[in-house]
Amino acid sequence: MKLTLSSSPHLRTRRDTGQVMRLVIYAMVPGILAQWYFFGWGVLIQAVLAVMTAVLAEGTILSLRKKNVERALSDYSAVLTALLIAVSIPPALPWWMTVVGTLFAIIIVKQLYGGLGFNMFNPAMVAYVVLLISFPVAMTMWLPAAGVFADALSLADTASLIFTGFTQHGYDITQVRGAIDGVTAATPLDTVKTGLTQGATYSELLSRDIFNTAFFDAMGYGWGYVSLAYLLGGLMLIRLRVITWHMPGSMLLAVLVVSLVLHLTNADLYGSPLFHLTNGAVMIGAFFIVTDPVSGSTTPRGRIVFGALIGFWVVIIRTFGGYPDAVAFGVIIMNMAVPLIDYYTRPRTYGRTPRNSARGGQQ
Amino acid sequence: MTDFRDLSLQGIWKNNPALVQLLGLCPLLAVTATVVNGLGLGLATLLVLVGSNVTVSLIRNIVRNEIRIPVFVMIIAGFVTIVQLLMNAFTYELYLALGIFIPLIVTNCAIIGRAEAYASKNSVGAAAFDGLMMGLGFTLVLVLLGGLREALGGGTLLAGADRLFGPVAKDWTLTLFTTEHPFLLAILPPGAFLGMGLLIALKNSIDAHIAARQTVVHQKATRARVTAEN
Repeated sequence: MKLTLSSSPHLRTRRDTGQVMRLVIYAMVPGILAQWYFFGWGVLIQAVLAVMTAVLAEGTILSLRKKNVERALSDYSAVLTALLIAVSIPPALPWWMTVVGTLFAIIIVKQLYGGLGFNMFNPAMVAYVVLLISFPVAMTMWLPAAGVFADALSLADTASLIFTGFTQHGYDITQVRGAIDGVTAATPLDTVKTGLTQGATYSELLSRDIFNTAFFDAMGYGWGYVSLAYLLGGLMLIRLRVITWHMPGSMLLAVLVVSLVLHLTNADLYGSPLFHLTNGAVMIGAFFIVTDPVSGSTTPRGRIVFGALIGFWVVIIRTFGGYPDAVAFGVIIMNMAVPLIDYYTRPRTYGRTPRNSARGGQQ
Repeated sequence: MTDFRDLSLQGIWKNNPALVQLLGLCPLLAVTATVVNGLGLGLATLLVLVGSNVTVSLIRNIVRNEIRIPVFVMIIAGFVTIVQLLMNAFTYELYLALGIFIPLIVTNCAIIGRAEAYASKNSVGAAAFDGLMMGLGFTLVLVLLGGLREALGGGTLLAGADRLFGPVAKDWTLTLFTTEHPFLLAILPPGAFLGMGLLIALKNSIDAHIAARQTVVHQKATRARVTAEN
């Protein structure tokens, strides 16, 4: 029998970083397919563009830092970051904005802080916020959820729109948005946000076209199914034990509780829990973004606090802030609070009870 | 002569108030959205710095040590008021654009820092030269950062130069590119912090490069000296 001596830790993980990242990427497939189905070819083009940019940028920076490029690239973290950016941005965003956002995520947010494992902010979400505050108009130009088979925009048309700013027939993004359903398409969150400021009540807004065709009335058409697809992928990840339930569970619960409290105080002003849970980025955020192992909290109790506070901020900023969606802002705010959360939620050292640690422990 | 060379090197590079001492960051970050704003505030700070350094150096043997700081602040405030009134009179639009940051030069730590650390211990000529070089170093960073942010954010350089240089400068604006989607982040406050960080990083990497070169040369020189002594 051969005995091997090795230093601690003796427990081995079953998966390395690359495998975990790949599983997360596979779990995103249902959501990406749903986005492709409802919002057209844009999401796939953006994904290819973002992944290529991210891998190139990561490789360049790593070789500048004289690191093992091949090993670092094979952890797939850059690919995952790129995919998260690609699914968060409007599908017909001009190509160079996607490139700028991805470069910012990889070079400034990730590599300048020391690469994978050292970045204190979630790269994809910082990229999203950078793009949102830099190009507010382009970043809110969502195409209507017409469905890819509704003869909306062909693959070639979408590519031409992204890379030249015009479709093959010379229409720009504003004309495309107007032409499909006759009115300027907004996202469900946008519709409610603007509608409320114009004096409509929440229930009146739910009778708009963008909600009507959905399964439940508070679920935006297309958006609700995309959310469900990400929920499915997320449950798969929990089942495969890639992520734990702590962060997504506490975040979704917080969104539910906070929005329910607001909704019960005034149903005309504040959206229902279902509206908040199934629209915008809450579902993908809860399972794919908040669960980032690097920039999130690391203690079990800390994860619950971290997730719950993100959920809290999402509803609060959506309701009272200037932007319709807030997952990115919530994540970034809480990323800053992670050291504090970790400090106060350190697990008890084995053998220490509150009583004997008050005496200074047993050394 | 070497003294003045050393002072210039200290002010502009080795001990640059913005890049190394990290003093006066508040106006630095707030007004550098354009080259002209940065240059305007830089020149104003330069004037105040030279004036206060000279005055502090002149009175350094008269003022008692215990009350020196309030006296320095009074002197600086006096010069800031002069500069503010001059700008109000001659560059009114720039005066409006810089707003509160002109009076706030009083609180710029770079100025009181030089008064305390250098001018109160040295002769008038050296103090004046130190003020000039420190001011130039500060102005240089303001202009660089302003240029970086203006070029990224709007694709122009020297926009609104006439606010500082008068009607002659009306068409000094350089347009690098035109876009309907300006990169707003560069002009917004985060752009200032990011740009400043990148400038500091650039300076440090140049320093490291120079240091790496000098060590090689230095080693050879040491060996030669040791053998000579033996």
